[in-house]
Amino acid sequence: MVSGISGYGNSVGVPTVGGETVFDETYLGNPLVNVFALGVLPVERLVLGRATGAGNLAVLLGSTTGRDGIGGVSVLASAGFGDEGTEATKRPSVQVGDPFEEKRLIEACLELLDRNLAVGVQDLGGAGITCATSETAAKGGAGMDVYVSEIPAREPGMEPFELMISESQERMLAIVEPEHLDAVLEIARRWEIRASVVGTVTGTGRLRILERRGGEVLADVPAKSLEEDAPLYDRPRAEPTDLAERRSASANALPAPTDAAADLAELLADTSWVSSQYDHQLFLNTVEGPGGDATVLRLKHPTTGADTGRGLALSCDGNHHWCAIDPRVGGAATVAESVMNLATVGARPVAMVNCLNFGNPEHPEVMWQLSEAVDGLADACRALSIPVVGGNVSLYNESRGTDIDPTPIITVLGVVDELTRRPPGVRLVEGGRLIMLGETVRELSGSMWARRRGHRRGTLPAVDIDAVARVAGVLRQLVNDGLVLGAHDVSTGGLGAAVAEMAIGSGVGARIARVDDHVDLFSESAGRAVVCVAVDQVREVLDVCEAAGVPATKLGAAMDDRLVVKDLIDVALSDLTRIWRDRLPTQLGGGTTQG
Amino acid sequence: MAPVIGVVQFPGSNCELDVVEAIEGLGGNGRVLWRRPPISGVDGIVLPGGFAHGDYLRPGAIARFSAVMESVIAFAADGGPVLGICNGFQVLTEAGLLPGALQKNHGLKFRCSQAHIRVETINSAATGTAGVGDVLEIPINHFEGNYTCSPETLDELRANDQIVFRYVDNPNGSTDDIAGVCNAQRNVVGLMPHPERACHPLLGSVDGRSVLGSMLAWTSRGTSALAAPTSASTVR
Repeated sequence: MVSGISGYGNSVGVPTVGGETVFDETYLGNPLVNVFALGVLPVERLVLGRATGAGNLAVLLGSTTGRDGIGGVSVLASAGFGDEGTEATKRPSVQVGDPFEEKRLIEACLELLDRNLAVGVQDLGGAGITCATSETAAKGGAGMDVYVSEIPAREPGMEPFELMISESQERMLAIVEPEHLDAVLEIARRWEIRASVVGTVTGTGRLRILERRGGEVLADVPAKSLEEDAPLYDRPRAEPTDLAERRSASANALPAPTDAAADLAELLADTSWVSSQYDHQLFLNTVEGPGGDATVLRLKHPTTGADTGRGLALSCDGNHHWCAIDPRVGGAATVAESVMNLATVGARPVAMVNCLNFGNPEHPEVMWQLSEAVDGLADACRALSIPVVGGNVSLYNESRGTDIDPTPIITVLGVVDELTRRPPGVRLVEGGRLIMLGETVRELSGSMWARRRGHRRGTLPAVDIDAVARVAGVLRQLVNDGLVLGAHDVSTGGLGAAVAEMAIGSGVGARIARVDDHVDLFSESAGRAVVCVAVDQVREVLDVCEAAGVPATKLGAAMDDRLVVKDLIDVALSDLTRIWRDRLPTQLGGGTTQG
Repeated sequence: MAPVIGVVQFPGSNCELDVVEAIEGLGGNGRVLWRRPPISGVDGIVLPGGFAHGDYLRPGAIARFSAVMESVIAFAADGGPVLGICNGFQVLTEAGLLPGALQKNHGLKFRCSQAHIRVETINSAATGTAGVGDVLEIPINHFEGNYTCSPETLDELRANDQIVFRYVDNPNGSTDDIAGVCNAQRNVVGLMPHPERACHPLLGSVDGRSVLGSMLAWTSRGTSALAAPTSASTVR
């Protein structure tokens, strides 16, 4: 997977600037890859996926159309893996990518958009040409005639239906006025990509598939029938029958650790084994790349390249441990985490997108999970005034009869209004004071610590969205006013992991107190962050918190080369760092990343 | 007049605009050159990073046959400064403008990270304004960055002071920790790290300015200052 992302992403010339890596047995038969892609364009150059103007031409750009990817969305996406008989026929239909073709296609498309030569463009994804032509026609309120004979086929003998639903990669459909066709073909020649007129926009409102121009009509349907008039499902939903019993089994009842330092160490992992294989710096925008709480990018003007002085921030989050216990609260907690992550880099949230990865929706419990998670995400976004501007859905993630944990993955986009310095980062500065913002809910259910002990029940700590908003607001202000030397949200692994990661990130130890027990140490309740503050600014930070009604707890100081939590942990930072650094390389068999 | 630096764009290049941005930030005039010759009106040439022609076969193996390379070779033979960054370095070795070759990293993984390189000579088109022993923090971003050459070539590189940069902590298995080399005439330099990625304080390092700034400074020397320019064919 990492090689696939690295090999394609790096060569297609798109930096992979952040992300999250999660390992769990729930994904053994159904590994998930969720991608969020961010672009910047001048508003006046916006061209939509619409086919308008009868007589305009549908030009297919890019790769040939092959037998790869046939039935991707219809076959792959609508049945679980492991069903007898279908396995062999499904797996080969995954496409083979060619990043060099895609790179040239991107350059050509950008050039034809720059020169205003297309009235509409649409990429070819699920259901290939069928989807692209019907969607553009439906959105444009038009119809389209498609000529199968004009589609460049990758191999001889392909049936019309294969050409129409192939999901071969690296293709784009452009709607072009006839007088611009020569210019479009010239651009295609320059970038050495194919360009074929495969259809004509009509005013009939019908999508007609013709064997050739003026030839036999193979299909004739209302364009809207495949787009807006698609059937809506409302499948049966049912909460798990043992829900009440599950929720009463709190992880707080688990035995306390005999060695809290060892428990903490096993929650830590450096993911740079993954991210160092991705180009994360191309375009010279990456101020904070992978490994921090949130990615920060310089925002340059898309046309002139001039610095706008603003920054974009991204946080990508998901937590199936939380959502398996309570998809509604887990969904809300996921939004809260993203918002806190953005606050650590001084960014305010402006939009969210999601990908809803769930099991088989024909299972009433999965449908219930889906419904609960959507409500949880929606409630949180409404309360925080974050518009949800797009997304994707991946269902039927089921392997050998077992559904994956409900896994909503979200990305929240933030803006840094004045990007004048790098964010403080996940770190400590010798002599600084550690302060926790927000309040710990003493509940271990849903925590990574509990999951490591095989416990996946109980009731999640409630998410107080208003409190999250207040903490995030204060943290954002502190960061932008330059009052913190280091900042890290509290999430997976709780307060213990947060402080440990700040120590590891800077090579500076910490000595903290006011952590009563392992519940305080490992609870993952939402809306908290740890900041490192210079001694002479502690008073000011506490005042800011108090004025905003945000609880602030003085934990201790950044110092020396050990991590000490009074009465719980006393461990050499070098030991923690080694365990953190070596975990992935060792388990993935690649030696250390220093190799 | 600001020196004009042409940045060659092969299909599959992806760092060309980044290099132009960095050059302009240093007061130069950066210009993207489409890979069709002729090249004219430039004071220096950069072959940028990326995946020229998809890196099919191996990096640089197809780009070296690109028509634009004849112009680059002629420009270099005239003593003009040519800088190959990452994929551009690979293209220069494939084209025979620089000795050696770049093979897959030790550990067989793509690697994007900060690297520290030491300036080993200031007698090159990329280090004229630096000091010997300067340590520069400049990111690397490559799969094939493991510099390799024959023992004879290595002896020659050392004897002729052609090793321009060495890694402080070798990230990819390069022979003799080599991060960058120059030709015998010293006007053609290739290096794996990306100096254009280290030219803005918000990006964490401005050490790349030393490399690109040196190239801009070199353009003002004129060919007469060059040590006995001959033809590129003398370089192994």
